[in-house]
Amino acid sequence: MVVLKELPTEELFASGHRLCAGCGEGTINRMTMKALRGPTVIIAATGCNEVASTIYPYTSWKLPWAHIAFENAAAVASGVVEAYKAMARRGVKQGHIDVIAMAGDGGTYDIGIQALSGAMERGHDFLYICVDNEAYMNTGIQRSGSTPHGADTTTSPAGNVIPGKPEWKKDLIGICAAHGIEYAATASPAYWNDYITKVRKGIEVNGPAVINVLSPCPLGWRHESARSIEMVRLAVETRYFPIYEFERGKYKLNLNISKPKPAEEFLKAQGRFSHLFKPTYRKDVIDEIQQNVDANWNRILKLCANS
Amino acid sequence: MAATVTEPGSSLKYKTGDWRAFRPVVNKEKCVNCLFCWIYCPDSAIIREEKWVEINYDYCKGCGICAHECPTKAITMEEEKK
Amino acid sequence: MGMTGDEAVAHAAKQSNVDIVAAYPITPQTIIVERFSKYVADGEVHTGYVCVESEHSALSACIGSSLTGARVFTATSSQGLALMHEMMYIASGLRCPIVMGVANRALSAPINIHGDHSDMMGSRDSGWVQIYVENAQEAYDWTIQAFKIAEDKDVQLPVSVNLDGFIITHCMEGVDVLDDSVVSKFLQTRKPMFKLDPEKPITVGALCFTDYYYEFKRQQVEAFSRIQAVLDRVAKEFKGISGRSYSAIETYGMEDAEAAVLCLGSTAGTAREVAHRLRAEGKKVGVVKIWLYRPFPIDEVRAALKNVKALAVFDKAISFGAQYGAVCSDVVSALHTVDKSPRIFNVIFGLGGRDVKPSDIEHVFNEALETARSGVVKQETLFLGVRE
Repeated sequence: MVVLKELPTEELFASGHRLCAGCGEGTINRMTMKALRGPTVIIAATGCNEVASTIYPYTSWKLPWAHIAFENAAAVASGVVEAYKAMARRGVKQGHIDVIAMAGDGGTYDIGIQALSGAMERGHDFLYICVDNEAYMNTGIQRSGSTPHGADTTTSPAGNVIPGKPEWKKDLIGICAAHGIEYAATASPAYWNDYITKVRKGIEVNGPAVINVLSPCPLGWRHESARSIEMVRLAVETRYFPIYEFERGKYKLNLNISKPKPAEEFLKAQGRFSHLFKPTYRKDVIDEIQQNVDANWNRILKLCANS
Repeated sequence: MAATVTEPGSSLKYKTGDWRAFRPVVNKEKCVNCLFCWIYCPDSAIIREEKWVEINYDYCKGCGICAHECPTKAITMEEEKK
Repeated sequence: MGMTGDEAVAHAAKQSNVDIVAAYPITPQTIIVERFSKYVADGEVHTGYVCVESEHSALSACIGSSLTGARVFTATSSQGLALMHEMMYIASGLRCPIVMGVANRALSAPINIHGDHSDMMGSRDSGWVQIYVENAQEAYDWTIQAFKIAEDKDVQLPVSVNLDGFIITHCMEGVDVLDDSVVSKFLQTRKPMFKLDPEKPITVGALCFTDYYYEFKRQQVEAFSRIQAVLDRVAKEFKGISGRSYSAIETYGMEDAEAAVLCLGSTAGTAREVAHRLRAEGKKVGVVKIWLYRPFPIDEVRAALKNVKALAVFDKAISFGAQYGAVCSDVVSALHTVDKSPRIFNVIFGLGGRDVKPSDIEHVFNEALETARSGVVKQETLFLGVRE
């Protein structure tokens, strides 16, 4: 149980970064830093987080941090983990160092899926955090494999014929579970107790652990910056983004939403879905989305029941 | 060499406070020191004091998350005066 | 010891006490990674072997490892090198002293598994130090020296040791190997200039806008200007432990040659044999073999070609749309400010592993001698061995 007053006040992710006002990634970085247990190294993929926090000669990071490229956070982390182990074998006295890879949905679901798959299959001891704002935000809000159905992005625009992204969000936890890793979980920074607990849990796993944390993007989702946390709370309260975990082969629902708000409330609050409401109320798409939310929720309940 | 930054946290030299259009103001009477604003602030601009919170205006970007999330409505957003 | 080129490279990497090998198999590099896997399985090395899922991840993992301060080795070829192309520039930009054995093989398409230089030539601008070896002995010797050059505080750059696919990688030769302790003492432990260390946190790979990027590239240029001096120093020390001499180039018969051939890799051996025979017949021919291709040894090449009247530059790769192949372009560039320079023609040969026979090289020497006599280049580019 995370008690806010007991969390360290030290900010290993310092102020002065240039993330947008209200960016979920700033909050997520800070929460992640509160969950560390000892010496830690961060490997970051290209994305908003990396770009805004390390503009030479400034860095917001107060721990060892490296950015290499877009698609290979998991591969780089694999190299880091094994190098520390190899050097220990040859007698270098360093003590254990935790390695955390951080990438966006772009660098994870799409271009980064190969490297993540390889790293999970090889079983390296690291935590992989996918900071998921549901599009390639850094390059200008283009769709990713994580973008929800019906969302307006610059490469899946809401046009006269096609109302936003035709495809559905990829199931990252399912992919991780298929690799048989010990721990994979979803999270939302609106629920800081759950997220911080999960980060620490992921660090403590001896092997690969993956957390997919939903990150609100005022610019890309088109909502007021003040409502960032509200957005990722609504995502959970509507069952749009279920909070659950896969641990040692068993699924567990962490936040049971017994009286869900209609998915429409999540959609209505964001400009990226505004074309579903004006000029015409797209009942067809909204119903489709609700059906998918319900089916996905039931699927997860079933997985949990069978565990 | 190689674009490595050897001074950790050097971004503290870059004051993002001038990004603000609105600034949060804390009503210390209403603040119950729950620290929700502190944990949610993307910019570490909430300072934890003994019994309430203060705002670090050097870095606060005025996003308004703190005011929106405060359970006692102790924080209000006021227009930034130049 | 009887070894193939690939085996020699693996053995050298083993003796160099590398901490990490992250690699993906591709013909004709496969023996390197297979041999190394066996060392690991037999407990002969402390090395962490990462069986990555692609070459792009191989170099990515190597960069990660290198940034922790570890000594890192990998190997690849052709399509694999092409796949890691993005990371080549990053490895150099982040100043990671990684050593990579490249079993030179032709690039698709069409797909071909045999040796030519198109793979490494495709990455020649990536900021890696590039060495081309003639045989298995050189592959062994240069792999060891590569670590010392790469890790030198004046260099801090990755090095590729290039060996001709199949011709060197798979041919058995007698290789004189040094004792483990001799190599250990020669190389010592790597002392990184910077590393990911929780005791001293740094940020690696920051975003550099228009106001900083250029200066970091200039730093790499400066490092390149220091490489030859480091190489000479390392080679001198290596001679002390092995008796074998290395430098940026090796020449044969250039003291009085009127016509010469300049080439990289195993072809130099054949060329030398042919030149030896022709010289016995009274023909004044010579061979310039380039070991150090990047940085291009301008001074040494100028000095070697001082008195020659005609030069055939061999390129085992095509630079489509350019007047000459890469090596010939480099030679012409090196000589363009020199008052007296030879008549030059380019020989494109060996593509996709097309065999180059002694008779082919003899033909080139004769063409060069004719050019030396007449002062006229009959054919700027000679496609040697192709069926027209």
